[in-house]
Amino acid sequence: MGNDTKRVRGAPLIQIRGLKIEGYSDDKWHPIIKGIDLDLKRGEVLGLIGESGAGKSTLGLAAMGYTKPGCRISAGTVMFDGKDLAHASQEELRKMWGSKISYVAQSASASFNPAHHLMDQVVESAVNHNVMPREAAVTDAKDLFKRLQLPNPDTIGDRYPHQVSGGQLQRAMTAMAMSCRPDLIVFDEPTTALDVTTQVEVLASMRRIVDEFDTAAIYITHDLAVVAQMAHRIMVLRYGNLVEESETRSMLKQPTQDYTKSLWAVRKLEKPEEKSADIALAINAVDASYSGVMKVLENVTVRLPRGKTVSVVGESGSGKSTLARAITGLLPPSKGRVEFNGKPLPAKLKDRDRDTLRRIQMIYQSADTALNPRQRVRDIIGRPIEFYLGLKGKEKENRTLQLLRDIELNESFIDRFPGEMSGGQKQRISIARALAAEPDIIICDEVTSALDQIVQEEILKLLMKLQKEKNLSYLFITHDIATVRAISDEIVVMYKGKVVQQGLKSEVLNPPYPAYTELLLSSVPQMDPDWLTGLLKKRSGAAQSA
Amino acid sequence: MSAPQTDILHMRTKRTWSQDAWRLLKSAPLSAKFGMAVIAFYFFCALFAPWIAPYGEAQIVGKAYQPPSWAHPFGLDQIGRDTLSRVIFGARNTIGIALITVLISFAIGGVLGIYAAVTRGILDNVLSRIVDVLMSIPVLIFALMLLAMAGKSVWNLIFILALLDSTRVFRLARNTALSVAVQDFVEAARLRGEGLFWVVIREIVPNILPPLIAEFGLRFCFVFLTISALSFLGVGIQPPTADWGSMVAESKTLITFGRPQPLIPAAAIALLTVAVNFVVDWFLHKTSGLRDGQ
Repeated sequence: MGNDTKRVRGAPLIQIRGLKIEGYSDDKWHPIIKGIDLDLKRGEVLGLIGESGAGKSTLGLAAMGYTKPGCRISAGTVMFDGKDLAHASQEELRKMWGSKISYVAQSASASFNPAHHLMDQVVESAVNHNVMPREAAVTDAKDLFKRLQLPNPDTIGDRYPHQVSGGQLQRAMTAMAMSCRPDLIVFDEPTTALDVTTQVEVLASMRRIVDEFDTAAIYITHDLAVVAQMAHRIMVLRYGNLVEESETRSMLKQPTQDYTKSLWAVRKLEKPEEKSADIALAINAVDASYSGVMKVLENVTVRLPRGKTVSVVGESGSGKSTLARAITGLLPPSKGRVEFNGKPLPAKLKDRDRDTLRRIQMIYQSADTALNPRQRVRDIIGRPIEFYLGLKGKEKENRTLQLLRDIELNESFIDRFPGEMSGGQKQRISIARALAAEPDIIICDEVTSALDQIVQEEILKLLMKLQKEKNLSYLFITHDIATVRAISDEIVVMYKGKVVQQGLKSEVLNPPYPAYTELLLSSVPQMDPDWLTGLLKKRSGAAQSA
Repeated sequence: MSAPQTDILHMRTKRTWSQDAWRLLKSAPLSAKFGMAVIAFYFFCALFAPWIAPYGEAQIVGKAYQPPSWAHPFGLDQIGRDTLSRVIFGARNTIGIALITVLISFAIGGVLGIYAAVTRGILDNVLSRIVDVLMSIPVLIFALMLLAMAGKSVWNLIFILALLDSTRVFRLARNTALSVAVQDFVEAARLRGEGLFWVVIREIVPNILPPLIAEFGLRFCFVFLTISALSFLGVGIQPPTADWGSMVAESKTLITFGRPQPLIPAAAIALLTVAVNFVVDWFLHKTSGLRDGQ
């Protein structure tokens, strides 16, 4: 059936017409998708981009005939290979899913059953849909593993999900989706949870395998540079409407809509670097370990100049968040010491006086867990004002309102609970809580990585404005190079608990690079659709000559 | 944002606590409203028993086992006391004792559970193991044994049941507090330099309150049933004090004569249990919905 005459590249596969989807909440149906047309040909890869809440995942799932619980298709048709999935029975859909249409989810680790071997799960759909007997499916899966460039393709299937890395798991999931040679694969943010260095490999394998089997794909992401590598055509969505649709190259070259242009803008934000010798915080040859066994930090030396921003970059497991814990005293260093304003900082949290605690504040990645859901903004920001500065009553309220103005929020927010605010607004409240202490240093731990691109830009701009006004020093922990480029004066590159490089932004981001910095920087997707092809060519060339 | 919109926001958020509570009550489903009405009625009876009841708690008003009449709608019991009056006084004793027991068990179990969750370490381990041991023995048998050892007084009954019940509360409080204690906002409070007490009261307790309140309602039912069971077995509340469990026990022989008397206190127990469960179900639904919304 694989060489059926119908499976010709370029023949129409999906036609969605006037699709409307509604979601049920607060006793009402709310529109999520407001009438969208979508066409996909065989062998074509369509990119869907937009902020969270734009409806891109809902649309991607609707192309499979699936709606999330609490949602319904209220109008329109989803024609897949001549069949209307919007009005198909559950029985019909079940036969299609897994065999003709498959799905690759964002979190591979949550999508694999931890109690079974990888191989059992990868061949499951091919065997259950009677596409091929188990032995043939296993042989085929090993072939797929090889094509996806998984290490030890013959034996990796015998491992359990927790025994392979996140990137490998995501590729195994792609193999699972491929096992029935579907006509369509829906990729829902498949690389969002991966490090940049891992992301490159996964993207390359996914692109190759989709191309080899002429599979059509819908690629959902919020990352423009990633979608530029994968998709032939891009649709930009916002509030459930189509903003713009065109071929990838023309979309990148000349976006026509203002909204699309604004998505591009964050990449251009760049703060001019400044050098300073006035050191606010000095971390001297610090070692740290959890429960004394595994060294997470080894001989780490970092200097944070006053009123400047030092970005700490590295992939997950590089020890960058542990560095923050060592500075704040949550994880006292086993060797070396931290100096603050020229004086040694007590290693343990409980040995520090209130004034020292006040001067070093922290902002967290996820404002959802960093703000107590049962406290109002008045208490969240008011408490540090009262605790550190001793202000009460009217004075405290005035100071709180002043802080709300500083973070560019309306004064009416003072009586809100965190649940009544958007992600960006919550992160602003986290910033205000840190500011309320009138600190010298703020440690920002991945503060923008849970936010949409446009909101990210607003938060970064706000942080820069506040830095100028209040002469704050930022230690900015992140894995996102675009953010680093935007905000830093100096950069520290970390790898496996060690500092690979520290220097001014212009030094670190320009050659000559140490090997790891080069790998990290070259792995960051560029807005050029040929970037991935070029990079792979260069790397394989380098590997052959070596 | 335009000015009128801001005003609306202010009005919406400035609502007083009592208005909030009233709106919440009005939005309750019929089953919860019924439950609340029944509970209110019971508490009214319990509080004003001496004024409502036509006769005294231990007053003998006629011949034993007199059938229902206009003067005594539920008839008289085995020594000629008015059953209606005893059911009303029984509300006071049974509910009062159950309430005190649950309050004590929450004071012990809740405080220790949260403390164990926040401090962890050896204390947590020791407390948890003690609780495991206590929980491995069936409650009713353990309570019977302890009551036999300590003697049958009301306060012994209260303290023994409270202690046994606090093990369940401990586990719930510890588990819910543990999951809150690892959140970033608790770490943020610690980094600020806040003391343990402040962290617990302001950051942790408000977040574990909904499951604890729901548990309070359920525990109240269980304790109440346990007391009734113990009274039925003769080690609970002692005569002449009126109590629904012992009233069932005392009049159980009447069942063989086709008389409905033992069913009256039994129905009082059943109705309250159902009513409390209706309210708790609604409350659980309400708070879990709120969390989904966030």
